[in-house]
Formats: sequence, C-alpha cells, structure tokens
Amino acid sequence: MELLIFYGLGLLALFAAAAMIMVRQPVTSALLLILNMFCLSGLYAMLGAHLIAILQLLVYAGAIMVLVLFVIMLLNLREKKGIVSKHQIALQTAGVAVFGVFMAVIAARLHTSQLPNPKAVTASFGTVGAVGRVLFTDYILPFEIASILLLAAIVGAVILAKSKV
Amino acid sequence: MEVPLNHYLILSGVLFAIGVVGVVTRRNAIIIYMCIELMLNAVNLTLIAFSSYLGDMGGQIFTFMVMTVAAAEAAVGLAIIIALFRTRRTVDVDDVNLLKG
Repeated sequence: MELLIFYGLGLLALFAAAAMIMVRQPVTSALLLILNMFCLSGLYAMLGAHLIAILQLLVYAGAIMVLVLFVIMLLNLREKKGIVSKHQIALQTAGVAVFGVFMAVIAARLHTSQLPNPKAVTASFGTVGAVGRVLFTDYILPFEIASILLLAAIVGAVILAKSKV
Repeated sequence: MEVPLNHYLILSGVLFAIGVVGVVTRRNAIIIYMCIELMLNAVNLTLIAFSSYLGDMGGQIFTFMVMTVAAAEAAVGLAIIIALFRTRRTVDVDDVNLLKG
C-alpha cells in the first residue's frame, strides 16, 4: 500500500516536473510546479516529517509560488520566439549529457550499494514538538542567523524593486 | 518502512536532473528561477528521506533552513527580475548579455 502511494505521488511529481519545463505558458509552468510541491509534501508526510510537509504547502506552494505567479501576471509576458534558449546550444547539450551520465552512475551505484537499514522511528518523530525542541536547543544559532538573512533579503528586495533609490 | 531508501534517492535525483535541464535550456528568467526551486525541492526530498531512515532530526532542520533561504531567494530573485524588466522590457536571458565579454 505504501509502495503504491509512493509510486502514485512520485510519478505525478515527475510528470509535473517534466511538463513544467516543456509547456509554453509561464502560468501553466508555475501551476505544474505547485502540483509537484503538493506531491513532495505527500512524500514528506509518508516519511514522517509532518511539520515539513505542512511547511512545504504553506511556505513553498503558498507564499513563494503566489509571489512567482504575481510577478508573472504583473509582467504579462508572452513567449514570442520559442521557449528554448538559442545561445551555445552545443554547450547546453554537453552539460545535459554529462549530468545525465552522472545521475545514471549514481542510480546504478545506489541500486547495488548497501544503504542503512531503516531505524524504527517513534510516533512523535517529525512532529511540531519534536522538530521545535531540536530547533530551539541544538540549532538555535542557525535559527537566529536565518532571521538576519530574511531581514537582509527584505531590505535587498525593497531596494532592488524600487524605481528610485 | 515499506519503500526502500533507494527509491526516494532516485526520484530525487531525477527531479534534480529535470531542474538542471530546465535551467540550461529555457530562456525565460522566471522559468529558470522555478527550475532552481525544483532543484531545491529535490534536495529537500533527499534530506528528509535520510532523516527519516537514519532516525536523525538534523535533516529536517536542514530542510527548514533550505526553505528559509528559498524564501529569501524568492524575494531577491523576483526583485531582480522586476528591475531587469523595468530597464530592458524583457526577461529573456538571451537578450540580457551586457556582461558578455
């Protein structure tokens, strides 16, 4: 049953990702990316990461993708000359080919190599309480630095998007 | 857990590869940005899968941080795209070659 859900969500995620880079309209592309994020959120829930699954929907599919859709509609873009970049087509093909070979080698290695056996996780693993306890004790410094990063990002975005500084 | 860890890692690798193909082939800057988000998501899936299979919460904290950075990146990246559109009236990366030697 679990395997069936995994294959359903995984194939839908792959389909959404593949369609996302092939469709012409940026809005369709953004909606397909949201579909992909929903599938990944389901996989996170299957893996017991409940907080991250909810955050994936709220932060990624909610906040970030709404911002992207907002910008797409604000700029009102139309693809006139075709979707594929024309510059350095040989370099692009070589890059994609090298990366494909790289991923194939990794997949082949993963198929045979010995991976860690799953440990029995407790029912509270990945809940808000469990993640919060670790986040506010062991990882408190990265958490605080993240707030400075977000402040810098807000200031940077305002300055960049303003018409006159 | 019924699903082997390999399956999650291969799914994540393929999603990452699709993101790379999008970044190097598409010409619309916003779609390139969305492909970068797809790559970040693929890495998050790897982190969560390992976190779950090793019983270690560290991977989920890393995913949390990746999401924070993605939010910051969304704000700054889209602001750059808007500034680019305002000056050049295009977000086509083929037309933006001012820094090309």
